[in-house]
Amino acid sequence: MNQERQAAIAGIYEYPLRVAPGVSAIQIKAESIAKALEDAGLEWSDVDGLYDAQDGEGGGGLAIQHYMGFKPRVIDTTMVGGSSYEFHAAHALRDIAAGKCNVAVLSYGSNAASNRVAIGTGGRGAPQPTWQSNMEMPYGSTLISNYAMVKHRHMHDYGSTKEQFAEISVATRYHAMRNPEAVQAMTDLQFVGINEIDVNDVLESRVIADPLHLLECCMVSDGGGAVVIVSKDVARNIKKKPVWIIGSGEATKYVENGGDITTSAAAQSGPEAFAQADVRPGEVDIAMIYDSFTITVAVMLEDLGFCKKGEVGDFVKGGVLKFDQKGAPALNTDGGGLSSNHPGMRGIFLLLESVRQLRGESTSQVPGAKLAVAHGNGGMLGSTHAGGTVILAGD
Amino acid sequence: MPNRPQPRFPEPHTEPYWEGVKERKLRYQVDKDTGDVVFYPRLHNPKTGGRNLEWRESSGMGTVYTYSVVRQSAVPGFREMGAYSVAYVDVDEGFRMLTSIVGVDDPLTDIKIGMRVKVDFEEQDEGEYPIPVFRPA
Repeated sequence: MNQERQAAIAGIYEYPLRVAPGVSAIQIKAESIAKALEDAGLEWSDVDGLYDAQDGEGGGGLAIQHYMGFKPRVIDTTMVGGSSYEFHAAHALRDIAAGKCNVAVLSYGSNAASNRVAIGTGGRGAPQPTWQSNMEMPYGSTLISNYAMVKHRHMHDYGSTKEQFAEISVATRYHAMRNPEAVQAMTDLQFVGINEIDVNDVLESRVIADPLHLLECCMVSDGGGAVVIVSKDVARNIKKKPVWIIGSGEATKYVENGGDITTSAAAQSGPEAFAQADVRPGEVDIAMIYDSFTITVAVMLEDLGFCKKGEVGDFVKGGVLKFDQKGAPALNTDGGGLSSNHPGMRGIFLLLESVRQLRGESTSQVPGAKLAVAHGNGGMLGSTHAGGTVILAGD
Repeated sequence: MPNRPQPRFPEPHTEPYWEGVKERKLRYQVDKDTGDVVFYPRLHNPKTGGRNLEWRESSGMGTVYTYSVVRQSAVPGFREMGAYSVAYVDVDEGFRMLTSIVGVDDPLTDIKIGMRVKVDFEEQDEGEYPIPVFRPA
């Protein structure tokens, strides 16, 4: 393992509500930043690096400083969809290691549920026509159908089965039922059947876009959170044990003539992150992998190196992704996007639950968890997307 | 007749493509220096940055690379269509395009990965551009 310890996550906060009508996105961000700083034992005025995905009303690199009242020395507004927060964590590590800032903050807020945003089934409109929109708009491709096309090709190429994919939904719901905030989310969002589920439940749920069933698709919720990342000097005096960022990788992928749709950006970002951290996938206790859909997790377990390309079906069989089972890392122990929250860009929650696990604070705690990987995916898996991998280690 | 969204202009990359579609031609670009096939349309070859591209006409024959049948859609113009397909087709000249497979009795059972398809220019209720879709060959 990489013994270099240059930046650590010192404070976290997850906004608890999944339906929060009347609360604005930047209010969620401001409250989350305040609570994450409190978690770290740091002050508002300590913040000297701000990382923001330009979400929330009036967001971006300028207005957010004014609203929050920060005067940071580093401003990073990388926006790569749901993977933005893994990119931000990677950049904060880099900037802190270079001495550019000492207390970096990233935050997220969204009221996608209260605003009835049709993330999965809506179209991808563009205010002005682009080289891409003019080629795609005539076909009515939804976000879910984009991911569904990846699943279809995976099943065709490797013989992976619908029962195998369903294991991913079963494991995340198992974890969600142990997380009171996830249970409240499913209640507030009026889920039918708030209970543990089995493979048949997944396969009997209606098909949204072949071959993806309802219970293979993440929810649409409100939510948000914040992460405070600090230098090793600051980390000595924080309230809780630091969680070290020891490796990162970033990549993009898009449709190419003759390309393989079943391989994601994680195939590039993952090996880079593992090499920097000097750890192997087999050593990882916790896999926080962006579960927009079952296929997202399946492809990324392969691309991150937990199993070989095409073998994820066998790898996930028999419930091994559950926190109390051996044979694979525990997957999305907060309940994931499938069963805890998905306000549109879920990447920040992958960091939050990784930290809870490495501090020993998860509701589905893996005893003695030491290593976590957070892999965010932004954009659309079957076409243009970004992948950000962050490797985290306990103190 | 269907009522798919029309391309909108000005948009400099795709205008020659859609002018071809109006004449029932499926066109793509080739880099005259390297032979690389370029699609979606661009001003440069994304492999080299080179700009010596020319337009060619495709035979319109291809193979279904993958597809999905959309059962629930909130996309304007598609919401009431019932189950409809979206697909990537690998066209024989070497480019992959997002499209729809039409002309099957039941898209849920009659579309297969690997099946041979041929382009068709589907007339629309409104708008001057037909939309290139594919039918079983």
